[in-house]
Amino acid sequence: MGRYVIRRLLQMIPVFFGTTLLIFLMVNVMGDPIAGLCGDRQCDPATAAQLRTEFGLDKPVWQQYLTYMGNVFTGDFGTAFNGQEVTELMGTAFPITIRLTLVAIVFEIVIGISLGVVTGLRRGRPVDTAVLILTLIVISIPTFVTGLLLQLLLGVEWGVIKPSVSPEAPLNELLIPGLVVASVSLAYVTRLTRTSIAENSRADYVRTATAKGLPRRRVVIRHLLRNSLIPVVTFIGTDVGALMGGAIVTERIFNIHGVGYQLYQGILRQNSQTVVGFVTVLVLVFLAANLIVDLLYAVLDPRIRYA
Amino acid sequence: MPEQTPDEAISAAGAGGPTDLALAEGDSLEKTPGGPEGTGPDTKPQSLWSDAWRDLRRNPVFIISALIILFLVVISIWPQLIASGDPLDCDLGNAQQGSQPGHPFGYDGQGCDVYTRVVYGARNSVTVGICSTVGVAVIGSVLGALAGFFGGWWDAILSRLTDIFFGIPVVLGGLVFLSVVTSSTVWPVIGFIVLLGWPQIARIARGSVITAKHNDYVQAARALGASNGRMMLRHIAPNAVAPVIVVATIALGTYISLEATLSFLGVGLKPPAVSWGIDISAASQYIRNAPHMLLWPAGALAVTVLAFIMLGDAVRDALDPKLR
Repeated sequence: MGRYVIRRLLQMIPVFFGTTLLIFLMVNVMGDPIAGLCGDRQCDPATAAQLRTEFGLDKPVWQQYLTYMGNVFTGDFGTAFNGQEVTELMGTAFPITIRLTLVAIVFEIVIGISLGVVTGLRRGRPVDTAVLILTLIVISIPTFVTGLLLQLLLGVEWGVIKPSVSPEAPLNELLIPGLVVASVSLAYVTRLTRTSIAENSRADYVRTATAKGLPRRRVVIRHLLRNSLIPVVTFIGTDVGALMGGAIVTERIFNIHGVGYQLYQGILRQNSQTVVGFVTVLVLVFLAANLIVDLLYAVLDPRIRYA
Repeated sequence: MPEQTPDEAISAAGAGGPTDLALAEGDSLEKTPGGPEGTGPDTKPQSLWSDAWRDLRRNPVFIISALIILFLVVISIWPQLIASGDPLDCDLGNAQQGSQPGHPFGYDGQGCDVYTRVVYGARNSVTVGICSTVGVAVIGSVLGALAGFFGGWWDAILSRLTDIFFGIPVVLGGLVFLSVVTSSTVWPVIGFIVLLGWPQIARIARGSVITAKHNDYVQAARALGASNGRMMLRHIAPNAVAPVIVVATIALGTYISLEATLSFLGVGLKPPAVSWGIDISAASQYIRNAPHMLLWPAGALAVTVLAFIMLGDAVRDALDPKLR
């Protein structure tokens, strides 16, 4: 187990540097980082040259990348366009997005898995067909449409929720945005669980468990569900990163000042420090989530051993 | 069960696990062109593809989605067939007005006819969907198949490379990458989707090629002195391509959705291009007064994505005997 974790951590290193380098290059292609610093006017050439030397932008890109990464490892993520430290922005933005992501994952697990179990055990019945059609519809409607529609209906027409979330983003205001972030993944979780349950419900161990007289509840939860969860856990794990990044759209619709909002501002104002910094942290979250998923396999299926 | 090839190839795409359900079909499932395949004694040999096609023709989901897609393709090529106006012919005097005779969907914030714009918007969505999928499928399956077939250092590099691309959140990458582009054509968006989309297909192609290459008939072909190219094209590819097709068809719908999302954020297609994403983004400002501006393009987008995803679902059901 320990050796497996170490090997996986070592494998993460090239992926981490590759991803951050890719984003770094993209941001460098994105445009002149100096242009954003002088507001809407063009920068004075002398000032621009001085700023360039000051920020090390006159050096080749690979050297800039190395300097940047060196700073990151000492906890220095640079300065955002408004003079705030990027770490400070992260300090306010990440708690909000993490809360939003947690709400979304709870929705995925609770609603997605229960719907999946219910339909998987009743394949071909009306409940199953209805839920399947519902998941198809949810998958087909892009998140930003779902978000706008829910905002229109619940926020504007019926006044059930506030159409935009207050800056502190308390948990109760994040419920609907969280549902929106989760919606597409929720449908996938339902379908995955359904397929997996339906496949395993014919397995020998289920028949054995039923035959030895276990109550149906216990057969389903302890035997069937536990064995069916592996693909679902994989999906949810890889989804964590996508949820945090994909929250850009939802955060924009509901005016939530989380990671997506800061990133969007950073991109609009061509502030490479903010963009690269936030993406670097998101990549780390994604890699950590994948590692945790792999370790969870052993909990779910004792046959899987890590040498 | 050495002859159980198509099942194994396909289960590479799904959750995996032994397939004991489709044994009966498995015997009559496959006659690879050139493959020394033993078929059942009195069952008529049928390929996976003709079997799948027979299944598809009877599937109402397939028929409905295929009709919708056919309709979308026709109006993307000839939008004039059902919309006589010009999507860029706008009169501010009509801004935000509701449904009127001759203009069933009303007008948008610039006074353009919403119906005409919805019809013309299909072209960009369908183009992005189809071109990105073709690009992703070709690049992804070639690279993935090479990695799966040859293994070794090329495989190691490709696996790490796909890990790297998977680490980038798609919408985020789109914002960064496309925010520099000023062109209002569909090509930057397609290029971006291909750039971030190919690893998904590459992984699947790699997996199914690895499953297929260990089969006895491939070993037999190798023993008979077949070249690498011949083994790949004649023996492995026909048995490994099904999962790629399934995933690519479903991905097509999600690419259309992605284009709309990027256009909504202002980095995908850019005006004067006509796109449902752009129209929805513009309509979101008037959501209180003129919800029809939002609902029509949003509905068209949802139906389009739904049609492609349903098609993908039907194709998967037909190609995956495990689900029968």
